[in-house]
Amino acid sequence: MKKTLALLASTSLISVGSAAFAVDLEVTHWWTSGGEAAAVAEFARLFNENTEHTWVDGAIAGSGGTARPIMIGRITGGDPMGATQFNHGRQAEELVEAGLMLDLTDLAEAEGWRDFVNPTSLLDSCTLDGRIYCVPINIHSWQWLWLSHKAYEDAGVPVPTNWDEFVAAAPALEEAGKIPLAMGGQPWQSTGAFGVMSIALAGREAWEAVHIDHNAEVAAGPEYARVFEAAAQARSFAARSNVQDWNQATNLVITGQAGGQIMGDWAQGEFQVAGLVAGEDYSCLPGLGVNEIISTGGDAFYFPKVNNPEVEAAQLELASLMISQEAQVAFNLKKGSLPVRGDIDLTAANECMQKGLEILATGAILPDLNQTFSPDTGGQIDDLMVEFWNDPNFSAEEAQRLYAEIIASAD
Amino acid sequence: MSRARSGGARARPPIRMFRNFSSKLAAIPMVLVGLGVFVGGTIWTIVHSFTDSRLLPRLRWVGFDQYERLWNTRRWLVSIENLAVYGIVSLVLTMCLGFLLAALLDRKIRYEDTFRTIFLYPFALSFIVTGLVWQWILNPEFGIQSIVRGLGFSGFNFDPLYNPDLVIIGLLIAGLWQGTGLIMVIMLAGLRGIDEDIWKATRVDGIPVWKTYVIVIIPMMKPVFVTALVLVTSGIVKLYDLVVAMTSGGPGIASEVPAKYVYDTLFTRQNLGQGFAASTMMLVTVAIILIPWAYMQFREKRQ
Repeated sequence: MKKTLALLASTSLISVGSAAFAVDLEVTHWWTSGGEAAAVAEFARLFNENTEHTWVDGAIAGSGGTARPIMIGRITGGDPMGATQFNHGRQAEELVEAGLMLDLTDLAEAEGWRDFVNPTSLLDSCTLDGRIYCVPINIHSWQWLWLSHKAYEDAGVPVPTNWDEFVAAAPALEEAGKIPLAMGGQPWQSTGAFGVMSIALAGREAWEAVHIDHNAEVAAGPEYARVFEAAAQARSFAARSNVQDWNQATNLVITGQAGGQIMGDWAQGEFQVAGLVAGEDYSCLPGLGVNEIISTGGDAFYFPKVNNPEVEAAQLELASLMISQEAQVAFNLKKGSLPVRGDIDLTAANECMQKGLEILATGAILPDLNQTFSPDTGGQIDDLMVEFWNDPNFSAEEAQRLYAEIIASAD
Repeated sequence: MSRARSGGARARPPIRMFRNFSSKLAAIPMVLVGLGVFVGGTIWTIVHSFTDSRLLPRLRWVGFDQYERLWNTRRWLVSIENLAVYGIVSLVLTMCLGFLLAALLDRKIRYEDTFRTIFLYPFALSFIVTGLVWQWILNPEFGIQSIVRGLGFSGFNFDPLYNPDLVIIGLLIAGLWQGTGLIMVIMLAGLRGIDEDIWKATRVDGIPVWKTYVIVIIPMMKPVFVTALVLVTSGIVKLYDLVVAMTSGGPGIASEVPAKYVYDTLFTRQNLGQGFAASTMMLVTVAIILIPWAYMQFREKRQ
């Protein structure tokens, strides 16, 4: 019976009326690359198998920057989808304030989300005035330096184990005709790499002062001066990397044309697809091997309010399913991200992922930029960083001064 | 039917409002759309540019803060500068090249149709396609640079899209390639409208051909030039898709344009107030160019 229903619903010819409470729930997201699509298909499979509702996939191609305006436009324009992805943080903050999102607090309390979501800051990001409005589903961290063993072998120097060694080895790589640091030209990559360097080199306290208290004095101070100098140095290492997309830059590392790349844990998927083995063909240094701290960005699902109790019931069922142990394991192994539950076992994960899990277990974690800055402030930092990384005449002092100005007016 | 109506109107003195009643009735939807969508939308935008609206519009006044921030933003200043350079150069070059090509085609050459098609063809492509095609042609790894280097000139360097100082030239090449054909066709139509007798008269008087163009033909083609000018200018102000397809504003922020700033602030950065302030500035810029021109036209008509 259930199978027949699923079959009928999947052909989309029979409307929901045939089954009393079955609902076609449209879910929008921007996961369109191979690994991402495979991961989200796990959610769809579990939703279709475990409930009588149907997952209608609303993938929007072209990354979050393209997808979010479309999603927000649909929600504010009165044509809400059943559920939608956003990053952890403040991207949907105003939509929640405007009362456009479904309150999940009762479900969260009944299932005890606060007891098992690790780190709890993920749930705090979903909370407004004590009510919970989204389901965190995974953790992505930015703080990784990916290194090509082949590039260092060719140059005849040992593979670095921290940022200082990386800097010291750069001239040898240059001599061997390699690019020391691969870097794509898109703004978010510049901002991301700078963020990684600031956590690693300025240290936790300075980072928290700037990002959580928005303290402009610290941003103009000596800890950050060190970060900007290092960034200027990294800029010269990346001078010859003429690529745009992050995966093209990762490819330079995979093929041994570049020594390393500062990129989030999603880069790992590229190494895996290329058949490289962690620890043998490439290494990963969390926190640039200096400060082993990772930030906990990632994705969360929001459920726009619809005036239909049946749809609402289906939304709550999906919310409950996404955070269940089964879905968390299935989804995150495909996605390469870390699960949001502290109570599941991921022995299938590889060396780099295990490193991430260990850091997560010790609690050396910080919120992601999306959680600490509004998109507006983030955009201003993007503009500054992309200009700084691309213009060799842009001095570190000048960049730091402008950065402190942005922090002073940040929200 | 209109004859019958005017006959009836003669009996009674016409009420001014009802003169040409049917045409006024027909114009009502257009007037309503014009007032509602354009004027209403413009006023709404300007009003909200004085608020701190973020993702959703709200009326919390902040005075000129958004404008102050806008004019202190490096990216906006770079955008304005880029638009000015691109605008002036592309305006001058499209008009000159367009006229030159049209004049050459007008010399009764062989295969005119073929040449006309070749020159006009790029216009059939969208800016996105144009941008992508030129992005590949100008790419140092696959495009012109690698071909010339392959011919033996190993020192040859031509990578405008990766050089902040030259990137605007890359955009100009693509923009001119796409837009000149249309202007050429408009100019050609204008040239065809010139009476053959004028050419005969100047030939009889022994005026050289180039001089005929400069002192006789071009002044006669003034309306054609104005049309072409309006088309080119409006194309320049809304420059956006070409940049997105070719450089996405890079390298760094070297090829940013105002329309892209507006889009990014409104939609990806969720800062409506700031985006509206920027779009209001774009409107003001257009008005500064347009009002003296409209005023001149108006005065000419009265004379």
